Amino acid sequence: MGRFVVRRLLLTIPVLLGASFLIFAMVYALPGDPVRALAGDRPLAPAVVAQLREDFNLNDPLIVQYAKYLGGLAHFDLGVDFSNRPVLDTISQRLPVTIKLTVVAVLFETIIGLAAGVLAGIRRNSFFDNLVLVSTTLIISIPILVLGFVSQYVFGLKFGWFPIAGINDGWYSYLLPGLVLASSSLAYVARLTRTSIAENMRADYVRTARAKGLPNRTVILRHTLRNSLIPVVTFIGADVGALLGGAIVTEAVFNIPGIGRAVFEAVGQQEGAVVVGIVTLMVFFFIFFNLIVDVLYAVLDPRIRYD
Amino acid sequence: MSTSSGSISSSPAPVTYDPASGPVLEVDDLHVEFRVRSGVVHAVNGISYTVDQGETLAILGESGSGKSVSAQAIMGILDSPPAVITGGGIRFQGRDILKLNAEDQRQIRGPGISMIFQDALSALNPVYSVGFQIGEMFRAHRGTSRKEAKQHAVELMDRVRIPAAARRVNDFPHQFSGGMRQRVMIAMALALDPRILIADEPTTALDVTVQAQVMDLLKDLQRDTGMGLILITHDLGVVNEVADRVAVMYAGKIVETGTVDDVFTRPGHPYTLGLMNSIPLVEAKGGRLNPIVGQPPNLSRIPSGCSFHPRCPRARTGAAAAPGRDCVGDVPPLRLVVPGREAACHYSEEVLGV
Repeated sequence: MGRFVVRRLLLTIPVLLGASFLIFAMVYALPGDPVRALAGDRPLAPAVVAQLREDFNLNDPLIVQYAKYLGGLAHFDLGVDFSNRPVLDTISQRLPVTIKLTVVAVLFETIIGLAAGVLAGIRRNSFFDNLVLVSTTLIISIPILVLGFVSQYVFGLKFGWFPIAGINDGWYSYLLPGLVLASSSLAYVARLTRTSIAENMRADYVRTARAKGLPNRTVILRHTLRNSLIPVVTFIGADVGALLGGAIVTEAVFNIPGIGRAVFEAVGQQEGAVVVGIVTLMVFFFIFFNLIVDVLYAVLDPRIRYD
Repeated sequence: MSTSSGSISSSPAPVTYDPASGPVLEVDDLHVEFRVRSGVVHAVNGISYTVDQGETLAILGESGSGKSVSAQAIMGILDSPPAVITGGGIRFQGRDILKLNAEDQRQIRGPGISMIFQDALSALNPVYSVGFQIGEMFRAHRGTSRKEAKQHAVELMDRVRIPAAARRVNDFPHQFSGGMRQRVMIAMALALDPRILIADEPTTALDVTVQAQVMDLLKDLQRDTGMGLILITHDLGVVNEVADRVAVMYAGKIVETGTVDDVFTRPGHPYTLGLMNSIPLVEAKGGRLNPIVGQPPNLSRIPSGCSFHPRCPRARTGAAAAPGRDCVGDVPPLRLVVPGREAACHYSEEVLGV
């Protein structure tokens, strides 16, 4: 197992290099001049423009710019944005916000999704099962933008149960955005769990567990749920990686200053260093949580071994 | 202490069963049907049998004859829906299991009646060690601690002759060979010293040499514990070797019962006779096999009269039949034909030649 983890971690290096170069190239290829965008309506003196271009290495060919960027990365310098603010500062300020939002979303996704899936799975074709099927279909089919605005209007504005936007109320202000962000994943978790439970309820070893005279609770929790969790854990793990990448739409609707919004703003202002830094971090999260999923696999299913 | 069924039904808590008073298990006119979308499948249609202490009853029949379903009904592990027990009784140590509440039924499964399944690989949970799964019996029924349960598991694995039991107790089912896995199943089923063990085709998934070892083991364990054994199988050889009595099932009914020697040497039902004739003999090497013609009946449309009549070479109907013994119109009851032998055939005496 240890060797497997080390090998996988080493493999992330070329993936991160490739990803960051691709993003670098795409930012480079964006139309328009970042320096002019920075200046806005008031034209800058040609000498100032030339100086800025020089400072940000904008005159070098793509590959040289990338090499200089990597050089900085080697001692944890992600560069600065056009207002001379280190990108690392931006990330360390924005990331905790996104992490909080992710934690809230994953908790919703896991608790509600699993509970609904288990109850629907053990009582197939019951009223509750049908309720879960219909409501999850509905949630999956509504775009998150609509869901965000509607819940903001209804629960934030109309009823006043939750803050409308911003993060000034601590964890409480993350509840509604977290639920909106979790909604579609929650629906998938519920359906995945339901199918997996329903399938495992018919397994021979569940019949054996009943024949052994185990209490019903033990049969379901120990011999059905545990086996059914394997695909669900995979989904949730990969989803954590994706959610940490920032939820651009949710963060925009609820005005939450996470890294999703940071990257959105940076793209608009052609802040190459910020975009590359944050997106590379997102890629890393995704890879890292997939690795955790693979390790969890071996914990959940002893038939899977990596050595 | 006497066992009157009246006193038991009024107070289920004390087990007032006296082993000398009768069979450990009595199945009485059991009916099971499956209510599925396409109709009703009559899987078990009124079977009755008894099992005494230390006795081995073989239930013989082809696939779909209802032998496994009847066993699952006894264990209380039928999938319902779609399965429904529509009639009859199952008395274990004098108490009708079907009238007990779910919790009392559960407490019988394991310490009272226990079961081993055909395919041990799928019947064992892949994500728990074998020691854990054997130990569960002690933890669920006796409240034993986890550590102590594992200790018991090692002893049981020793008892079913799994080599290096102490070392292998933490291994998972997929790390064992087929024969060893079946021994794990047996160890698990015998953990609480059940009075009845139901073995549902315990050797079908194993190769022949391992089959013999597993049957020998079961036989030895039965001698040590005095439990009654219900052996469900379609393997005539296994029946011949280990069973005391045999019940032959066809289309959800018992068509013949008797001692194994009697039934095998002189069948009293045309179906049993057909089974015996279909055994390939060494002397007849090179000749053609002698199968029973036709197909097993569709259990949602069981033939009228004797359900075997469409395949029976002796079936008589209309003018050829004796009054009240029309194979197409009259259902033959299971009746005593000669001492110690019951058969459900209008013309059983002719088959026997008495």
